[in-house]
Amino acid sequence: MSLDRAAVEKIAHLARLAISDEEKDRYARELSSILALVEQMNAVDTADVPPMAHPLHMVQRLRPDTTTEADQRSLFQEIAPATENGLYLVPRVVE
Amino acid sequence: MHDATITGLSAALRKGKITSLELTQHHLDRIQRLNPRLNSFITVTADAALGAARRADETVRRGEGGPLTGIPIAHKDIFCTLGARTSCGSRMLDSFVAPYDATVVERLARAGAVVLGKTNMDEFAMGSSNETSFYGPVRNPWDPETVPGGSSGGSAAAVAARLAAAATGTDTGGSIRQPAALCGITGLKPTYGRVSRWGMVAFASSLDQAGPMARTAADAAYLLQAMAGFDPKDSTSAHEPVPDYTGGIEANLQGLRVGLPKEYFGAGLDAGIANAVEAAIKEYERIGVTVHDISLPNSPLSVPTYYVVAPAEASSNLARYDGVRYGYRCEAPRDLEDLYKRSRAEGFGAEVKRRIMVGTYVLSAGYYDAYYLKAQKLRQLISDDFRRAFAQVDIIMGPTSPGTAFPLGAKLGDPVSMYLNDIYTIGANLAGLPAMSIPLPRVGGKPAGLQLIGNYFQEGRLLNAAHKLQQVTDWHLAVPAGFA
Repeated sequence: MSLDRAAVEKIAHLARLAISDEEKDRYARELSSILALVEQMNAVDTADVPPMAHPLHMVQRLRPDTTTEADQRSLFQEIAPATENGLYLVPRVVE
Repeated sequence: MHDATITGLSAALRKGKITSLELTQHHLDRIQRLNPRLNSFITVTADAALGAARRADETVRRGEGGPLTGIPIAHKDIFCTLGARTSCGSRMLDSFVAPYDATVVERLARAGAVVLGKTNMDEFAMGSSNETSFYGPVRNPWDPETVPGGSSGGSAAAVAARLAAAATGTDTGGSIRQPAALCGITGLKPTYGRVSRWGMVAFASSLDQAGPMARTAADAAYLLQAMAGFDPKDSTSAHEPVPDYTGGIEANLQGLRVGLPKEYFGAGLDAGIANAVEAAIKEYERIGVTVHDISLPNSPLSVPTYYVVAPAEASSNLARYDGVRYGYRCEAPRDLEDLYKRSRAEGFGAEVKRRIMVGTYVLSAGYYDAYYLKAQKLRQLISDDFRRAFAQVDIIMGPTSPGTAFPLGAKLGDPVSMYLNDIYTIGANLAGLPAMSIPLPRVGGKPAGLQLIGNYFQEGRLLNAAHKLQQVTDWHLAVPAGFA
């Protein structure tokens, strides 16, 4: 599968990555070469093979539905780029 | 004292011949003097190390502690450390100081190990050469014009150069074993779930596993003993008892069945490495193992399968870096979308962005079945190959990497040729199996690695087999020139 500039723009938007015009051709070329490698997978018929999501086929553990974490909001917000009154600040969303 | 193993250092500490404070200061001095040649550390935590060394000396004086008490080690900068920066090799986390310790960090601290600092790595552990780090490439102590391998390249170079007695690493597609091979040290990737992933920055969660990097198998056993075990904080942590790795290391290998997969010796393998593997197998035969030809027919598909599964999981895991809660934030964002897009574009390097893009594409509407589901099915076939092999043999052996260390920059412009470095290591990650790399005889003056793959939770058997070879050979004892 070969990707064009329009496909690269769409993927970059889905991934929330800003890309410049010059980068689009480079991404199209590099991603196409990676997808060419990946498409070697098609050499094998896997119609009857169950997909494997986890190496040890573990079942997710459950725990009682009780509070296990203390409130550490101020500690965690010390490393945030911008906060105010315990809230994370982002550019205005609603005018 | 920097050339002694943990076994030797631990005995010297206990007998009062040296103190941890002396040992730690000696390693800090070496880092200051020699690390500029290698760039193997991102952060050196000298004050914390000296404090931990003093506490370790008190523990030893009381006649307490264990084999790691007072031993200077380093952590790959992917493990969260309370009070010291955890960068993961990325501009995105250049100013990130985690509010907690990773379980691996906490366990090794409890075992008395002294942490010298945090080692350099490929950005977010994505790379096989340690050239994708925001902090610049690491150089191989055996030849500074070549790469140390990656992604745990800083840990491998630091241990090989005797800047730390041992180090931690992580391995998603070969990131402990390949740099261990290229730097001439011993590295172990445990069974998926054996070591807690809590506090380890996530790359591909169904593949990531932490493990020890050391100069001998015996030293790796001490580290694994402290690192392994169930952790309720990691939902994929294995609820399996931890055996006595050090206690089992001397067991006789008589009758051990070793399998050589024909797919690991085909075109693409350096002829010198093939000869070195053969020399190691001959040594094993001398100490009683039997050798069997086996096949892992789907292993050629492990690289394509991995480059769907790993980027898919990475694109999901790295969605958390949004410039809002922690990490890099762009200047003067116009709106929320601009904040996300520019923070991520400026905070991530080229290889990380490439993998996020690939992962986003293979998970996007209309392509999921063709790529991600297909890869999960192949993962099952690759895993089934190993299951069949372990019905016939106890340990699979082969080369760790198809070549020795390559020149800096040689593969940086061609992602696909870089990815093929991991052709022999990726299978164990996809199947979740434990695997090691130990030094072979050098090839053209450069280190190379023998890979040992075991069945689930057979880390003890791998360490035992590695140790017995190291008892009858001296390949693992070589010191790179300028670092003796």
